[in-house]
This record gives sequence, structure tokens and C-alpha cells, in this order.
Amino acid sequence: MRLRLPFDTQIDAPSRFPTGIRQVITRPSLPGLKLALAVMTVFGLVSNVAIGVLVASGALDGEWYDFRDLGIAVGQLREGLDDRFDPAVSYIVTMLIGGIGILSLIGGLLIILPWVERRLLARFQIRRGPNRVGPFGLLQPLADAFKLMQKETIVPRGADRFIYFLPPVIVFIPLMLVWGIVPWAPRMVYVDTNVGVLYLIAVGSLATLAIFLAGWSSNNHYALLGAMRTVAMMISYEIPLSISLLAVVLMSGTMQLSGIVEWQAAHNTWFAFLMPFGLFTFFFSSTAELNRTPNDIAEAESEIVAGFHTEYSGMKAGLYLAVELGHAVATGAFVSTLFLGGWSLFGLEEWIPPYMILAGKISLIYFVLVWLRSTLPRFRLDQLMAFAWKFLIPLSIIYVLVVSLEASIFARWDVEGLIPLVIFAVVNTALAWFLIRRWAAVMGYRPGVEPTRPLMATGVGGLRAARQLRGDA
Amino acid sequence: MESLGIIAGFWILSGVTVGASLAVFAVRNLLHAVVFLILAFVGMAGLFITLSADFLAVAQLLIYAGAISVLLVFAVMLTPMANRDNANSLYMLPGGAFALAFATIVAFVAIEVDWSQLRGDALNGRNFSTTVGDVGQALLGPHVLAFEIASVLLLAALVGAIVLVHEDERAPEDRGEAA
Repeated sequence: MRLRLPFDTQIDAPSRFPTGIRQVITRPSLPGLKLALAVMTVFGLVSNVAIGVLVASGALDGEWYDFRDLGIAVGQLREGLDDRFDPAVSYIVTMLIGGIGILSLIGGLLIILPWVERRLLARFQIRRGPNRVGPFGLLQPLADAFKLMQKETIVPRGADRFIYFLPPVIVFIPLMLVWGIVPWAPRMVYVDTNVGVLYLIAVGSLATLAIFLAGWSSNNHYALLGAMRTVAMMISYEIPLSISLLAVVLMSGTMQLSGIVEWQAAHNTWFAFLMPFGLFTFFFSSTAELNRTPNDIAEAESEIVAGFHTEYSGMKAGLYLAVELGHAVATGAFVSTLFLGGWSLFGLEEWIPPYMILAGKISLIYFVLVWLRSTLPRFRLDQLMAFAWKFLIPLSIIYVLVVSLEASIFARWDVEGLIPLVIFAVVNTALAWFLIRRWAAVMGYRPGVEPTRPLMATGVGGLRAARQLRGDA
Repeated sequence: MESLGIIAGFWILSGVTVGASLAVFAVRNLLHAVVFLILAFVGMAGLFITLSADFLAVAQLLIYAGAISVLLVFAVMLTPMANRDNANSLYMLPGGAFALAFATIVAFVAIEVDWSQLRGDALNGRNFSTTVGDVGQALLGPHVLAFEIASVLLLAALVGAIVLVHEDERAPEDRGEAA
């Protein structure tokens, strides 16, 4: 079929389109690549067996070269320094090690994660994502960072200069602080404070003020609206977040994050099984505090430009984006530490370095976050507020009541093994299901009346078009 | 306690706290004053950490730097004449008198306390492993009445806030008002 256009150009319409795409997709085969992959696989297997023999022989236990727990090496370094010098020296050395560790962790994440996120989003949306700069587009985040650094710093007229320059710096501090309490391995914690859970909430609430000041000082109505939304949301969602953490603390009997992980490791269970509703509350509230889609009303592009950082340009805007990304990963770290067993994996932590296990769990949660971002539409402001105040808070109060009863039963019940925990898990899951359904009915949600299936997606041809583009069917 | 790191930390933190508190008075812009006040709160939290009172430090951070600060900013923004400067006013006189009285109390306590029991080996002898458990035991033990009264007070405040903003949905005549 040929389209007739008003001017003298003729275009071959649909027929050539799919084949053209397919030509782009085919890549030249690389014989060397397969050989290299085979060699690497063999090398990986051999080194894995060697490490397994080494671990099983017990030659590593407690030595400084035990790669499973870098905390042992640091601890021995501290003891050595304490023997020779003033305590201040080991204090400063440990401070530097931890600080540089956290900074390099965040820096490394910020170099690789924008690429990961954009590639994943592209994958979900059936496009390609960044693939031009460097191999597979890996250097795209660096290129973006250089571009942002070169941009002019614009200060809007009427802005409060003193407060305008503060928030991009302040907002970075909680991100660095919050990584300090993540237990990567039994002894690999920077600050193993015994108020870890409270510390997490306290540090998380520091960003509120920075965001508010950013919005206020920009002298822009959209920025102020975004800041107001952020503050309202953060204040609302801090309550269910704290209550869900309270349930975890009640059950494990400690506020120390390493203690919580050890409780889960000792009982061979995860809090995700014991209190699924707590996991949901914590995860959802975290996404609200993070400003990520589905809950990113604070920077809803279609409503208020970019929210509180509308007026920031160059690397200052870049810092906000970086902090958002870093907080998403930190959320992954805390969801996995508090609810998914942290560095423990049912005994496998003896073989695999615990920090690798935690990194795997963090990437899993991060993947879920990206998945949600690409899949769910944005909530409205009133929907989000109502969800916090009318749904999450009452239900989690009931939930924490039940969990506290269970915790006191668990402390008095002398039954070996998993029996009480299995009973609690079943009871809690059933309770969550029942509560959610009953409460939804009380709130006036009628599943039979409202459509449950996404009618639009197939109606418009989203899936069919995708299948045609891929070439199958 | 007498390690160099703690001493350096104490002087830096107290310098930040005192400097920020002075700046609250010196700065003309109200919102700048709020920012400095929050810096003073954070410095106080740091001082609690140097005293190994980690629960108090985190509570200070959570309540003052996290929640009260937002409340302060909202209060400043909802004040009709907030864009007026942090100017001199007659409140200087009672404020100064109160500050003097408070400083007298603090100085009195500092002079009266027997510090020999609270330093060096005597301090290390008392084993402070964790403050959370101790604070919890004290709150639900000897101070349980104050704890319960505080919770009732907070509940009353919550209910009061709801009553204040609640819209009466009944018709005017049902409310006892003339239609």
C-alpha cells in the first residue's frame, strides 16, 4: 500500500517497517566472545570450588583475610592501633575507613544505577534506553554528570540566596548518614547503634526540612506547592512507617539492626513471612517518602513541573536526582535488613560473603521499585493522603496490637523450633487478608462494580502492537 | 571519656551549638533564624552522643530537628507579618530576665553537683551498656504516672485538633442556629 502525500514524496507505508526494525536488531556474531565466556565460566567454577574448600577447612575463621566479613580486618586493625597509639588515632582511622567506604559506595551506585534504571524502564516500555555512549551505553551517567556540571547555575530573581544554596547540600547528609547503620555482615557495620530503628526514622525525617526550604526559597509557586506536598506526605507516611517498624522491634526485642538480622538468622525466618502487612506498609510508605512513582506527586511533571527542585539547575538539580536514587537503594537495604533477613540466607551466609547476599537482596528490591515506577500510574494527592490516614494507619495499629500479643506469647511459650512462628505467620497473613477486605468494604470500595481488569491496555493495542514489533505471532 | 576524639568533638559541637544559637538572635530574617535554630538542635544531638546518651540524641534529632523544625517553618509561614524583620521588641525585657534566671539555675546545678562521682574511674565503674532499656524501665516504672498523663494530654490535643477543624454537616437549624 502506498500513501499519497500532498507533496512529491512517496513513502512505503507499513510493509517495510517491521523488516527494517529486524535488520537493526540483528547483531554480527562474535566467535571470540563465546570462547572468552567459556574460559570465564571454567575459571569461575574452579575458583568457586577452591573458595569452598578453603571455607570448609576453617582456615579463614576469625582471621583478618576472611573475605566473608571485612569487619574482622578493621577490628584487628583497631586493636593494633589501640596498642600503639592514643585511642584518638584508631577513632580517626576507623572514621576515615567508614566514611570513605560509604562515599565510594554511594559514588559507585550513582555511576552505574542511572544506567540500570533507564535500561530497565526502557525494557518495560518496549524501547532500548541509553545505548550510544560507551559499551551498551554504560558511560551515559558519566556523560550526564559532566553535562550537568557544565551547566550554568541560575538563581531565580527574588530567591532567598542564603537558603537557596543550602538544601542541595543538606539533602545529601541524611543519605550518607543512613548508610552508616546498615549491617553488611555480622561485624561489618559502621555504627552498630542500639537505637538503629529510631535512628533510621530520625535521619529519614531530616530531608523533609531541606526539601521544604528548597521549595520556599525558590520564589516559585510550583516549587512551593511541591514542597508543601512533600512535607504533607512525609509527615503522613512517617506514622505507618514507624508503626510497621514498631512491630518488628516488638517481635525481635531489639532496636539494633544487627540484632534484628541475627534474630531472623537464629529463627530461620524472615519478618516478611511473619508480618506481610508490615512489609507492605513499610515498602509503600518508603516509596511515598522517596518521591517515587506511584507516589511521586511532589514532583508530578504533569501538574507542578518538577516540584520543589523546579528552579534548580546544573549539578544542584543533579544532586537532587542523585539523592533520590541513593534513597531508593537505601530503602532496598532497609527493607531487606528488616524484613528479608539482611545478610542471612538460611545458613548460606557461611559460604557466600554476607555482603554479597545483602547486595543481591538490595538489587531485588531496587528492581521491584523500578518495576513499580514503570508500571503504575501516579496517585492523586488526596488519594495518597486518604490512603495513609484512612487505610494504612488504622490497619497498622490493629496489626501492631496483634503482633505485640504474639510477641508476649512467644516470650512465654517454651516450644522448640518453628511451630509458634509458623502459627503466627498463618494468623498474620489471614488477618491481613481479612482486615484489608473488611476495611475496604467499610470504606466503600466495591470490587464487583469497579473494573478489575485493565481494559485499555488490550483495547488500544498495547500488547498486540508489542508482539507485532517483536516479530512473533 | 578523656580521649582526644571526644574532646575535639565536644568543642566543635558546642562551638556549633553556641554559634548557631547566637546567630538566631543576630540574624534579621525570621526563616534564617529558624534554620540556625535547627542547626543548634542538631548540635545538641551531637553533644548527647559524646555523652553516650544515644537514645536521647536520636530522640532529639527525631523530635526537634525532624518534627518541631517543620512545625516552626509552618508557623513562620502562616504568620501574617513574617516578612517583617526579626526586629527589636519589648519582649526583649522579659526574655532577658528569663534567660538570666535560667542561667542561674544551670550554674547552681553545676556548682552543687558532686562531679567527683561522675568522672574518670568512678564513671567507668558504672557500666552504661545501653540507654534504651534504662529509659524504658524508668518510664514504665517510677515515672509511669507522668508517662500516662503525657499520653492522655497528647490524645486530648489530637481530639481537640479534630474538633477544631471538623465541619458540621447538619443543617443550620439543627445546629440551634437561626436559619
